[in-house]
Formats: sequence, structure tokens, C-alpha cells
Amino acid sequence: MAEYKRPESLKKTPSGFCPGCMHSLATKLIAEVIGEMGQANNCVHIVPVGCSTLNLAYWQGDLLGAAHGRAPAVATGFKRSNPDRLVFAYQGDGDLAAIGLAEIMGAANRGENFTVIFFNNQTYGMTGGQMAPTTLIGQKTTTTRNGRDAETTGYPMKMCELISTLEAPAFVARYALNTPKGCKDAKKAIRKAFEIQMAGKGFTFIELLGNCPTNWGLSPLKTLEYMESNTIPYFVPGVYKDKYKDEVK
Amino acid sequence: MAKVLMKGCEAIAEAAVRAGCRFFAGYPITPQNEIPEYLSWRLPEVGGVFVQGESEVASVNMVYGAAASGCRAMTSSSGPGISLKAEGISYLAGTGLPAVIVNISRGGPGLGSIQPAQQDYLQATKALGHGGFRAMVFAPATLQEAVDLTYNAWDYAERDRNPVMILMDGCLGAIMELVEFPEMKDPDRLGTKAWDLNRHEGDTRSARLLSPYFPEAILELKNTSQKKMNERWAQNDVQVEEFMTEDAEYIIVAYGISARVSKEAILRLREEGYKVGMIRPITLYPFPKESFRKLNYEQVKGFIDVELAIPAQMHDDIELEVKGRAPIYEYCRSGGLLFDDDGVYAAVKKILDGGAK
Repeated sequence: MAEYKRPESLKKTPSGFCPGCMHSLATKLIAEVIGEMGQANNCVHIVPVGCSTLNLAYWQGDLLGAAHGRAPAVATGFKRSNPDRLVFAYQGDGDLAAIGLAEIMGAANRGENFTVIFFNNQTYGMTGGQMAPTTLIGQKTTTTRNGRDAETTGYPMKMCELISTLEAPAFVARYALNTPKGCKDAKKAIRKAFEIQMAGKGFTFIELLGNCPTNWGLSPLKTLEYMESNTIPYFVPGVYKDKYKDEVK
Repeated sequence: MAKVLMKGCEAIAEAAVRAGCRFFAGYPITPQNEIPEYLSWRLPEVGGVFVQGESEVASVNMVYGAAASGCRAMTSSSGPGISLKAEGISYLAGTGLPAVIVNISRGGPGLGSIQPAQQDYLQATKALGHGGFRAMVFAPATLQEAVDLTYNAWDYAERDRNPVMILMDGCLGAIMELVEFPEMKDPDRLGTKAWDLNRHEGDTRSARLLSPYFPEAILELKNTSQKKMNERWAQNDVQVEEFMTEDAEYIIVAYGISARVSKEAILRLREEGYKVGMIRPITLYPFPKESFRKLNYEQVKGFIDVELAIPAQMHDDIELEVKGRAPIYEYCRSGGLLFDDDGVYAAVKKILDGGAK
């Protein structure tokens, strides 16, 4: 019988994420995959700016801090000089889809051989819940008090769709973490992305739809329903690009 | 080794390769394009990596990533691009990673002009990014000096775990001169670096290269150690050329292309009996304060700050040492305009003859 234990990439300390926040769920999934692949001592976690920065408090393993939005550039420099390391950046939506848009598109378009895991919870959590590029139309934030208005702020940005238009990326997929099935599929996809990377087959991008109970102003349980009826219909889960469908399990 | 005729930007690029640099990321901007162009073919030839970044911001952050594994890494740009790199340079200093940043400078502010200027002195020496850190800034006046300073730049950067800047005007970047290159360093024989994320020994990896410091007292300690490092530079690392200063009544202060032009003017004025000399900072930071402190102010009647920058940017650093003991005159051009053939000679002569009061 399988034993449920703490992944070796996570320290025995509290995460620092708010109760009910799916950041801790997402990082646990990543840590489990790294452990199952025997890569705990080979992986380098590029830590960006945002709530994801809290990972540095409880991630066990090599860490490299990046400026806001620049994780894919930092990962490019590191991975190119160290092709044997498992390198992943874990970025939030403000970090990746606003200030870091050039860096993510540049790295994806060059087909850099590392993995970006994109945590999309439609808000700037760390700074107190401002509008993110992924905030849904009508969603209330501290900078859109009456709800996001497309007239003045445009529409939520779909990163999987954007990145999958590029020629180079190997694997691009999106999953929602509000159901056990979503978590299981996400974990499988993270594993596939890491395997593609370790085979040297190019850029991989996994988007994880998550929540922010604190800044959405909802109980953790209510966020699951909100995701089901609002987030998932707009950010449709699924595989957007898979270059090596038949080659890598 | 035989001397070769080479363009300034390319000489810096080859010197970097000789120094063991094996990673370069950059973005096109005039007048430094020959550096990335040269390294785009030269680095792969020696097993290195060249990346043309999507921006200056991305490029400097790639250099940050490469430096994290102990790889000698470099980026280059010019004024507007250096402003964009400010973020990454600050993160290099904050995290404690070595890298070399080359600024082949042009006219500013804003898009300014693509012609040579020395208008980035203040940015280079006072604030290369947010947070109040300093970097050593080297200013070559000949291409051989550019080669030698670039070749040695990583030794300082790695000793201090801090970025180093080579600040060279677009004139020197574009001219050709005979240079002799030092021997090729083998990156594999440069030794393991303390900050190398690959260096880990033991069962469980947990190397960390980060710039957030908690609690705040740790950051204050880091700031204090940076201050001490700056003081050590001032003690040990100043490089300066003092040219005909012993008997000089008037001293030109100039660096880079301005110093070259001034030297010609000094030789002409000396022939006419004027007692003129020059202090040429090679390290703009640390500034050669001692060269001013040891002067006999009974003998020195004045200084002439010669720069390709209006307003003159070195003036305040000179004044801090001269302390009102002699007047500081200026002869400057700016915006990408150079000195006329007789410009420095005529302007300095006018000052010496008392016509510039």
C-alpha cells in the first residue's frame, strides 16, 4: 500500500500561504512529481515575485530568485549554462502575463528547454488583490471596485492559447485545481512536462487555475464553486499543444 | 603574441572570450552592435552560449541566471539600454552575483543620439540601479586598455560578487587600433565558485541565490558590508594616469576619448611653455581622490574638466576633492558632438591666458 508522506522538496514548516489557497496545493503537486522522478537533488526552482515568492520559505532544494516577471529570462541563462539540471519557474498571473509578458513569450518562442508552471488565480495576491491581466470581466478587485470593465481594461489574457500559437513550444496545457480529477490531471501533465524537459525536447508550459480566498473575499469552499461557474468556462482546461504526443508517455 | 588591428567593440568582445566569458546575452542598440555580432559566432566556437534577448531587461536577467552557476557572463548596451538593465544590475548586486556590463556610451537623455558621448558618468558611478549599491567602473582610453580592463574585469567581479561596468564612449567603440590579446583562460580551470548552484555537496540540496533579505537587520548587514567593500576599493583598487602633473599649474581632468584628445593638446601647449598636466581616472569609481589630495595648491592655479557631456558630470567629484582651493573650468561638448581639431587646445589656452573668467 502506498504511503502518503511529505515530498522531500518541501520543508517541515508551514507554507505561509493563506488557508484554502491553492498555491500550497500546486507546489505540493510539483514537489511530488519531482520526488517521484528522483529529481529532488537535481532541480532548480526559479522563484519569481508575488505570492509565489513565499515558496522560498518552505521549498527544500536549490533556489534562484528572479526579478518580477523575469523568471523565464533567468531560467534561460541558467539552463543554457547547465543543460543537465531540471529547471522550472513557478510564476503567478501578474508576474507572467503582465510585467513578464515579453520574457515568457521570448523564452517560449526560442523553445528554451525548461518548464514554466503558471499559477492563474486572476489577481495580485501579494500586493492585496489588484486587477491582474487574467481577472475575469465583472470580477471585483481593489483597482476595479465595480468589477473589471472590458471597455477600459480589456479582456482576461489566455496564455495557453497565446503560447500554443508559437511554433517552438513542445507541450502546453491547462488544468483547474478545484477538483480531485483536475489535480490528478495536473500532476500527470507536470510529470510529462518535466520528462520532455529531461529528454531535451524543448519548452513546456503548464497553467494551473487556482483561487485566492483572501482577495476574492470568498470562503475556500465557495471559491471552488466560483471557479466551476466563472473561471473554467473562460479559461478552458485541456491540452493546447503536444508536439511529442506519441513519443513521451 | 602578434598585434592585430581591431575595432573597439570587437576588441572588448574578444578580450571577454579570452577572460573565460562563456555566456553573453544582449539586444541590438547602436553604437555597440559589433559586440553581440562578434560574440554570436565567437562564443559557440569556444563552447560558449550567445543569446539575442527579447529586450535589454531580459538579457541582463539571462546574464544573472548564467552567473548563478559560476559561468563568466557579460551583457553590453548603450545609454537607453543601460537604463533598462538597471533592474537586473541591482539584482546582481542584491543577490551577490558577478557579471560584466559594457556601456558603449552615446548622447542622451532619452533616445538622445547614436553618436559618441560621455553622458552616462553619473548613472555609472552613482546609481546603476535602485537600492544604493555601487559597482567598479572602468573607463579605457585606448583599445589596448579596453582589452586589458575587460580581461581583468571578472577578477574584480568575482572577488566582490558584484557587477562591474566597462564604460567606453562610442568613439573608442568604433575606432580601430593595434591590440595584443592576453592568453586564453580555460573556464574549467578557473576554480569552483562559492555561489555556484551546482557546487552542492552532501545529500540534500538547498543552495539559495536570492535578493530578499529577512529580517531587515540582515539587509542592513548586507548594506554595511557593501559600504565596507566600497571603502576597500577606494584604498586598494584605484587606477589613474597622472600625466605631467608634477610641475603643472593647470590640470585637465578627463577620461576616455576626452583624455586622448586632451593629451595631444597638452603636448602642444607644453611646447609653447604652458605648464599643463592631466589627471585621467581609469577607475571612474572608485574615483582617484588621492591624485587631487596630494597636489600642491600653491602651485596649481586651476582645473579644466574636459568631457563629452553638458552639464559636465565629473565636476562634482572633482570639486569634492579640490574643496574650493582652485577654480574648476569646463570645456565640454555634448549630445554626440565631438571636440574640433583645435577645440581642447584652443579652449584650454584661452583659460590659461585668463580669457575664461
